[in-house]
Amino acid sequence: MDTKSPPLAHHFATLKQQHETATLGMWMFLVTELMLFGGLFLAYTVYRVRNPAEFAIASKHLNIWFGGINTVVLLTSSLTMALGVYWAQTGKRNLLTVGLVLTALLGVTFLVIKGFEYYGDYVENLMPGLAFDDAEWHELGVRPERVKMFLIIYYMMTGIHALHLIIGIAIIGLLAFWAHRGHYTPAYYYPIEVGGLYWHFVDVIWVFLLPLLYLAGVRH
Amino acid sequence: MFAQIPLLPEQASTHASAVDSLLTFIVTVCGFFAVLIGVLLVTFAIRYRRRTANDLPKPVASSLKLELTWSLIPLAFMMVFFVWGVQLYFSWARPPDDVMEVHVVGRQWMWKMQHMGGQREINQLHVPVGRAVKLSMISEDVIHSFFVPAFRVHMDVLPGRYTTLWFQATKPGRYHLFCSQYCGTNHAKMIGEVIVMERDEYQTWLSQGVDGSPASEGRKLFMKLQCSTCHNSDSSARGPLLEGIFQNNVTLENGATVRIDETYLRESILYPDAKVVAGFKPIMPSYLGQVNEEEVLQLISFIKSLQHGQTPPRTENADPPLNPVLEKKKGKSP
Amino acid sequence: MSTVIAEPSSRPAEPASKPVNYLNVQFGVRSWLLTTDHKRIAILYLISITVMFFLGSLAIVPVRLQLLKPDNDLLDADTYNKMFTMHGVVMVFFFIIPGIPAVLGNFLLPMMLGAKDLAFPKLNLLSWYVYLLGGAFSLYAMIAGGVDTGWTFYTPYSTRSSHTNVIPVGLGAFTAGFSSILTGLNFLVTTHKMRAPGLTWFRLPLFVWAMYATSIIILLGTPVVAVTILMLAIERIFQVGVFDPALGGDPLLFQHLFWFYSHPAVYIMILPAMGVVTEIVPCFSRKNIYGYKFIAFSSLAIALLGFLVWGHHMFVSGQSVYLGMIFSILSFLVAVPSAIKVFNWTATLYKGSVSFETPMLFAFGFIGLFTIGGLTGMFLATLGTDVHLHDTYFVIAHFHFIMVGGVVMAYMGGLHFWWPKMTGRMYSEFWGRIAAMLIFIGFILTFLPQFVVGHLGMPRRYFQYAPEFQVHNVMSTAGASILGVGYFLPLIYLIGSLAYGPKASSNPWKATGLEWQTPSPPPTENFPVTPVVTREPYRYSEEVPVGY
Repeated sequence: MDTKSPPLAHHFATLKQQHETATLGMWMFLVTELMLFGGLFLAYTVYRVRNPAEFAIASKHLNIWFGGINTVVLLTSSLTMALGVYWAQTGKRNLLTVGLVLTALLGVTFLVIKGFEYYGDYVENLMPGLAFDDAEWHELGVRPERVKMFLIIYYMMTGIHALHLIIGIAIIGLLAFWAHRGHYTPAYYYPIEVGGLYWHFVDVIWVFLLPLLYLAGVRH
Repeated sequence: MFAQIPLLPEQASTHASAVDSLLTFIVTVCGFFAVLIGVLLVTFAIRYRRRTANDLPKPVASSLKLELTWSLIPLAFMMVFFVWGVQLYFSWARPPDDVMEVHVVGRQWMWKMQHMGGQREINQLHVPVGRAVKLSMISEDVIHSFFVPAFRVHMDVLPGRYTTLWFQATKPGRYHLFCSQYCGTNHAKMIGEVIVMERDEYQTWLSQGVDGSPASEGRKLFMKLQCSTCHNSDSSARGPLLEGIFQNNVTLENGATVRIDETYLRESILYPDAKVVAGFKPIMPSYLGQVNEEEVLQLISFIKSLQHGQTPPRTENADPPLNPVLEKKKGKSP
Repeated sequence: MSTVIAEPSSRPAEPASKPVNYLNVQFGVRSWLLTTDHKRIAILYLISITVMFFLGSLAIVPVRLQLLKPDNDLLDADTYNKMFTMHGVVMVFFFIIPGIPAVLGNFLLPMMLGAKDLAFPKLNLLSWYVYLLGGAFSLYAMIAGGVDTGWTFYTPYSTRSSHTNVIPVGLGAFTAGFSSILTGLNFLVTTHKMRAPGLTWFRLPLFVWAMYATSIIILLGTPVVAVTILMLAIERIFQVGVFDPALGGDPLLFQHLFWFYSHPAVYIMILPAMGVVTEIVPCFSRKNIYGYKFIAFSSLAIALLGFLVWGHHMFVSGQSVYLGMIFSILSFLVAVPSAIKVFNWTATLYKGSVSFETPMLFAFGFIGLFTIGGLTGMFLATLGTDVHLHDTYFVIAHFHFIMVGGVVMAYMGGLHFWWPKMTGRMYSEFWGRIAAMLIFIGFILTFLPQFVVGHLGMPRRYFQYAPEFQVHNVMSTAGASILGVGYFLPLIYLIGSLAYGPKASSNPWKATGLEWQTPSPPPTENFPVTPVVTREPYRYSEEVPVGY
């Protein structure tokens, strides 16, 4: 078991200061992430207002089952993450490791399901530039190029989200490794908390993406 | 030598002198403040220069009144600039009702002008003095900008959308026309002249070298593309009648109402599924790629001129135009 | 670690042997390239930013030579377009946005706060490497054929029409943005969490307030341009995208998204510069800054209002006239806090004791030129006049007055002011004053004629122009040569001072401020004992501060 005293960096006076600094730093970073996704949300909003019919109908073509299951997966991963933080606070090393590993695994599950979903989108001719059929949309009475607009935004939003998720999995994985080594104690567990903040943020973004992308049209 | 350095641009439009008045006012006010700050800086620097190495000046109490004064007075001047500027801006943006229209199509790297009487020009625009002229502009490729310094008017020219610019020239002469939105290699060469002529000279110019007017060219296109196959006065016509429709409101299939203007007409020619008139099916083929922006403007001119009973007859035994996408099983991928 | 009440004017013990400072504590390339000391990172940035400044300046030399004659053929159109693009990209993203924050901010912020380092020293080092990576992408793009879109990358030219290396440059700007975000994040958190005991917000030096406001803008604005460049790159690669009119996309959406960052970006440039001037003016007037709270809050006001004015770049873009009105009035409002600062600096001189060392000469230059630049902004915020002046040389003159006459002057002033602290050496005051005056004169000759020629109607980004604009262009090029000499001089005498300059004391300017209470150059941990602050800053009137 690792019995090092909590690592206090040379430029901090107390561990508390170090903890608060890391936490504030992560919150500020999440603000920048919010602004990053904000640009995409703005583009989505502008074009949805201009092309309500195309956005509605294209949204209905997305696979709500994959989207729904993935939402459950990600929300569960936030649960395991939150539990991990609790176990870190209460010094339960093994449970903490399990919590972190589960979180990472659920993240990977999300990505795998997403991969299948993208493959399905390709097969269904929902990939502008690679597989798309103008005629199909004409028959439905909508403009194919506006449908492409929706799909481009869909891929950009889910793609950038997936990139953030991959980074998150790597971070959680690293935390799990150090947790297993006994690196964290009830006095020094803020990296778990800070990592948790990031993970929850990625989850919250998905919670907004789901209705905007998958539920823009009424599904009967 | 210095007398020959140009300092001020010519004034050649009704708008120009209005802009110059505001400019002069701003120069005066800002010049005053610049000089004030400059004088204060120099005066204080000299008057309060260091006398001995260990000078210990006494503190000067801060004063809320002073801070407010030098915040609110500039703000007050700025509000005058703002209001005056807004007035000018609105007058620049809103053409009067009695205007002479010219269509402008910009593309890398030239300006194509089309007068309503059929005259076409490249990189030159002849206009009469004392008449309000309105330009309807569109780009075939990237963003350009139509800039005539002597008129003090300026407007970006966009792909996919019409923008308008109006002016009334006050002085005959030749005035620079510049493209002022960077558009690639020969941006600096996308220049020309606006040539303002006295009324009688202009009439003379008008009568030379005339192609068909946009409306007559539009009529030829209308027939060549067989538009009246669907857009005719038969009771079973597949498309709405286009006579006397400009500036009317029409109800669409989805219940919305839209005003029939140039933008709507252009959209209906290039993207016909976008706003289908109530009572009709979305079967009109798109003419995207078959007509360029100038031809679209010609069709629009024709439709604007179309009065009751003037829809050209269908050419006989002609099949209706195919909707290429509906007819084929699989359309093209991008 | 113990803390001792250390009044800023007391003298800590002077070690008998040669003092260990952050420069000589360790030698070797590794100790520099893997450093986490904010002061060494500041020096690393100083070197890279200077290189970028000279690269960006070199890019404009052929441009100004080409503009000597109206129909010159020194450069063909494509090469000219690539050169002015390179000038803009390098200067904006790699010189002036990082400039003062990365060099002076990095060096001074922890010291002014009484801290041993920034909150995240390793992120600080990472920010430098990310900056280098961004620079590498952009320089590759320039060498491999260049980019000709202008630094503003307007669509659809940049997505569909340009045949140049748009994506590598976009990637470069994107990466530089992340470097900027890391710096801003570090500064913001450090200011909140690492102030020395007793250092309350209203005891902070105003340079810190300026950096704090700058950090807010960096964090909120930079990610938006990052995602915009990403969308642009995707559209360019796949030829389908959100800005393409053929898909119903709106080229104006690009402009809105781009300027949503790029307007606040100019406040990222100017706020640190104002912060520098606010440190210099009280020192060389021997007086407390006039209107401390007004200057502090005006920095925050500029940061906030700066986010609300971006549409003034789009008055003739085809956006709605009502939107234009809103942006116009907000643009006037954002000018008020800047005016407040100018008046407060001037008032600081009143009944002071003014001396004219090089930093103060640069500060005077800043106040004069920034005032003129800011006032010319009035013409552009006013809708009726902007219609005429938009996209002409008037705009170029306006922003160069602020960015070069303003920010670069302040940067030079700050560099000279804190040079003894950073290097332990004094430079030649004679050459410093010569450089300051040459820069001032050269600058005015370069850019004042551009107001006139812009008002006459000469558009931007023209490689050839109408003959009646020639005289102004010749004056401008002549001025640029003088300006070039003026910038070259400090390179020589500042580097020369490292070897030949007299050793500097801890406080050669007799300034207040925590950074002057530590040796020149400072030890790695900045303060042997953590200072405790009990009084407000700029207490010049109580006693002449001493150094040792």
